[in-house]
Amino acid sequence: MKLQVSNSPHVRDKATTQSIMLDVIIALLPATFAGWYFFGIRAVLVTLLSVVSCIGFEYLSRRIMKRNNTISDLSAVVTGLLLAMNLPVSIPLYMVVIGACFAIVVVKQMFGGIGNNFVNPAIAARIFLVIAFPKAMTSWTIRAGEWFSLRSVDAVSSATPLTLVHDGNAPSMWDLFIGNKAGCIGEVCILALLIGALYLLIRHVIRPWIPVAYIGTFLILVFFFGHVNVFNFPGGDFTVLTTWTDLFYECCYMLLSGGLVLGAFFMATDYVTSPLTVKGKLLFGFGCGVLTFLIRYYGNMSEGVSFSIILMNILTPHIDDWTMGKPFGEVKENAKA
Amino acid sequence: MSDSKMKDVTYRSPDERLAEKKSKYTPKYIFLNGVLFENPALRLVLGTCPLLAVTISAKSSFFMGMAVLFVLTASEAIISLLRNVIPNKERIPAFITIIATFVTIVQMIISAYFPALNESLGIYIPLIVVNCILLARAETFASKQKVLPSILDGFSMGVGFTLALLLMGSIREILGCGTFFDVKLPLFGTVVEPMMFFMLPPGGFFVFGICICLVQLLMKKQEKHASSGSTSPCGTSSSSDCLSCAGCNLCKGKEE
Repeated sequence: MKLQVSNSPHVRDKATTQSIMLDVIIALLPATFAGWYFFGIRAVLVTLLSVVSCIGFEYLSRRIMKRNNTISDLSAVVTGLLLAMNLPVSIPLYMVVIGACFAIVVVKQMFGGIGNNFVNPAIAARIFLVIAFPKAMTSWTIRAGEWFSLRSVDAVSSATPLTLVHDGNAPSMWDLFIGNKAGCIGEVCILALLIGALYLLIRHVIRPWIPVAYIGTFLILVFFFGHVNVFNFPGGDFTVLTTWTDLFYECCYMLLSGGLVLGAFFMATDYVTSPLTVKGKLLFGFGCGVLTFLIRYYGNMSEGVSFSIILMNILTPHIDDWTMGKPFGEVKENAKA
Repeated sequence: MSDSKMKDVTYRSPDERLAEKKSKYTPKYIFLNGVLFENPALRLVLGTCPLLAVTISAKSSFFMGMAVLFVLTASEAIISLLRNVIPNKERIPAFITIIATFVTIVQMIISAYFPALNESLGIYIPLIVVNCILLARAETFASKQKVLPSILDGFSMGVGFTLALLLMGSIREILGCGTFFDVKLPLFGTVVEPMMFFMLPPGGFFVFGICICLVQLLMKKQEKHASSGSTSPCGTSSSSDCLSCAGCNLCKGKEE
């Protein structure tokens, strides 16, 4: 192991990888429990299977690659939990195992294990599963267990939520907020996600920069350039949607539907795959917001949040290069090194 | 091996050629070199464009491999026969012309007798002309060696390429489509759903990477086995023909 020691001042802190991961797990639990409540026993099964197989693959791959075992740092548990939260409850169980294998073995361990993964393993696995099994990954069910014909709450390019509202089909705002809607296991209950996020913020595990920049950028774009926007107001080409209530509703719907809150607070803020500086974090969040907006409104896949985070993950080293501060008092020639 | 030989790889004086007659090019070595040590697809990473495009099914990868095998063997034979006639400065156009001749033959045969195959392989048959495997072998082997070794080299390189294509094609077809040579496999479709991912370009790159990794592991083991011997990392003993393999320059320094 290579230890890098920089100049003083040093910050002494009790935080370890394990303690941080434990905090993240605690923060994820409310949303997980809410998901279990809304989706029933099968959600419990999917979650446990995902976590157990992530730990198993981590153990096996470290073993086979003859590296020291790192399951005790709990990062595999976090990956498993996040992966399960990103899956629909109706997913066949073997797909969960395949997803866990992809997340841990391919994305994490093949690139060197914790700290060396170039993208977030859980999101990469979700995208892999969506591309591999498009049908199973986009069949959403709601609480009653009946199949819901709404393609995906994240997919709004064809039928807008607002038209659904006018047909009387869309869930109410309160249902969206509390989680009584179709979606992935962990993304439905916004309230529980916010409680978890608050815990992480209070414990200083994450900083608010990325989520704020992400959600802020996204909402501003929806406000100005969404299906209902301030520019074609009032009247314009939109014959159906012409009130301020609709505009407000579209913003809220976009915020509360899909995996935006889960992604912004729990996945975009992953230490390994997000920039280090505040400026970098803001830029990262801004990029995520723009990409999510573009994919949700103009893309043909329903993976706005996942794709935007993974794309920004890949850009992270460049953002870091760009925004890294110059050492104070450094000689000018060395300043850029 | 002298340095001058490493640099001037294209043309040999008769004396030099005489010396090369006694070189280590045994048939077994040439064959293994083509299939494994310098497998064009998985070791030298040549011909990647058709590799990624046609490996969506085992059948199309097999026939693509066969086409390359034929063109490679035939063109290496002709180039080797003409190696004293082709002027050094005009060698590339000459090679291309010879290769294009055989590609035209292959394409005409395929479009005449196997129209369905022609449909599925499409542009990738004519593109064999500019496939770097053919040019690389013509340049580094056929233009310097006698006819029989050249034929063997072309054949074994073709076999190596076919095997690589077949490996990738099988993986991608079985996982992505649930079939193998268009025969439906039992488990797929009922118990396990085939994974669309492997039929798409990202799946192609993914499988390609995994295959390269596996062959690399295999070679590493083999290397450890033979590390006491005189073979260099790329499995060749500082031969002048493994230009495309950067490993040679590494071991060259160590020899001196």
